[in-house]
Amino acid sequence: MELDEIQKRLLKEVADLHKVPEGAYNIRSNGQSIGRSSTENIEIIPREDGQGLTVKIKPGTKHESVHIPVVMTKSGIKELVYNDFYVGEGSDVVIVAGCGIDNCGNADSEHDGVHRFFVEKGAHVKYVEKHYGSGNGAGKRILNPGTEVYQDEESFVEMEMVQIKGVDDTTRTTTAELKQGAKLVVRERLMTHGDQNAVSIYKVEMNGEGSSSDVVSRSVAKDNSYQKFDAVLRGNTACSGHTECDAIIMGNGRILAVPGLEANDVDAALVHEAAIGKIAGDQIIKLMTLGLTEEEAEEQIINGFLK
Amino acid sequence: MLELQNVSFRVNDEGSDKEIINDISLKIPGEKLIVITGPNGGGKSTLARLIAGIEKPTEGRIFFDGKDITDLSVTDRANMGIGFAFQQPVRFKGIQVFDLIRLATGKKISMADACEYLSAVGLCAKDYIGREVNSSLSGGELKRIEIATVLAKASKLSVFDEPEAGIDLWSFQNLIEVFKGMRNNIGGSSIVIISHQERILEIADEIIVIRNGQITANGKGSEILPRLTGTGDMLPGCEKTAPVKA
Repeated sequence: MELDEIQKRLLKEVADLHKVPEGAYNIRSNGQSIGRSSTENIEIIPREDGQGLTVKIKPGTKHESVHIPVVMTKSGIKELVYNDFYVGEGSDVVIVAGCGIDNCGNADSEHDGVHRFFVEKGAHVKYVEKHYGSGNGAGKRILNPGTEVYQDEESFVEMEMVQIKGVDDTTRTTTAELKQGAKLVVRERLMTHGDQNAVSIYKVEMNGEGSSSDVVSRSVAKDNSYQKFDAVLRGNTACSGHTECDAIIMGNGRILAVPGLEANDVDAALVHEAAIGKIAGDQIIKLMTLGLTEEEAEEQIINGFLK
Repeated sequence: MLELQNVSFRVNDEGSDKEIINDISLKIPGEKLIVITGPNGGGKSTLARLIAGIEKPTEGRIFFDGKDITDLSVTDRANMGIGFAFQQPVRFKGIQVFDLIRLATGKKISMADACEYLSAVGLCAKDYIGREVNSSLSGGELKRIEIATVLAKASKLSVFDEPEAGIDLWSFQNLIEVFKGMRNNIGGSSIVIISHQERILEIADEIIVIRNGQITANGKGSEILPRLTGTGDMLPGCEKTAPVKA
């Protein structure tokens, strides 16, 4: 499989890949799979219509990874793909997804992916999804990921959702259903600039006793960008949930945080926190006393905040 | 090294002008440890902030190494060699202790280099170097990290605004040792400490007393200190750091 320089750069941004990955992988470029590999324990099967994958992870698979990055380098492509992950009982795997769009043309490029995770009993999944856009064309870079998570008893899913640069329009919808003792941890990091628009929606149903969820977003809205964080945790039994939105606004950036809690059981313990504000003046001054300019100080503060 | 010429600083307080610093002129010579003391609300911290450039004087000029720095920014002054330790150190979400020390040195440094500065302020480096400078740190820990950043910056003139405020007995004793160490290795630099503490005043080469925005005494430590004993300008223990009382 040959990768050109733009593809390599996008893969580095979204999946920290410098070359073809080891283990199971599928690399999709401009609407087609350009490379795929399964392993003894992880099978990647393309859907018949070509628009997505079924990934089957055998029970007990430990310390293996799946990479399924998507890159788009042609202007004007619009695609919708469905990827299903079946994570076998007791397995422990890392799944790295993500999409990079380089759009130098004038037509919009859009990748909408629907990922469904069926996580069996006691399995542990770390899921990393990074989104990145580049290119100077007038065409927009649009990403609308939908993620559905179905967690069986005592399973543990960690999700790291990152979008730092270049995506013009995104609506990220994540839903999860948790059975007994299941645990979901989400860490979202988001930065928007220019006229970008980003909406993050989380809906978590804690249906099993002892289940827990922790959904935390840290975000920065610069220039004229707009963000909405809408997280609803529903506790339908004895469970615990926490959601937090911690955001910095700069320039004319706007953020709407709508944390929602719904307790349908007397033993559901739910907490939300939300804070939005500009960078504290003292933080900038402290770094200026160390010799940084105001701009450098802001950059360091934001880098740290989103780290 | 540093000279203030007829510096005044006024703020608008509920419609009327309030004089915080009133026509102060003073010289901070090289190779000296100077302690600025005086009652609360007398203008000491404002003076320190005027030197660092965080506040700008409403009248008068400030010179550093002969150059008029009155209109220079905090950044420019920092790059010329003025360091400043905040009375209430700032917290940062996400920025680690190592990051802050690295930024202070202004160059690429190793973990081991950064750890030396933490050890110098009595912190077990390996426990702190990777910590975030956020609300998980206590006031005393933050204060010591703040001082470590000023040590790391290695300024020609280092200004410490009430370094003893908010720290415990053990930290305070350690702090005195840190300042003694700095004094012994002063080289061509100078240190200005805003403080009420007798034990800090004791190590001063010179003491400046500020009251109601004006200098009421200025001279050798050995001459000024006896005059302060028992007055409100100096705290024998420290009312602010109660556990310090020996």
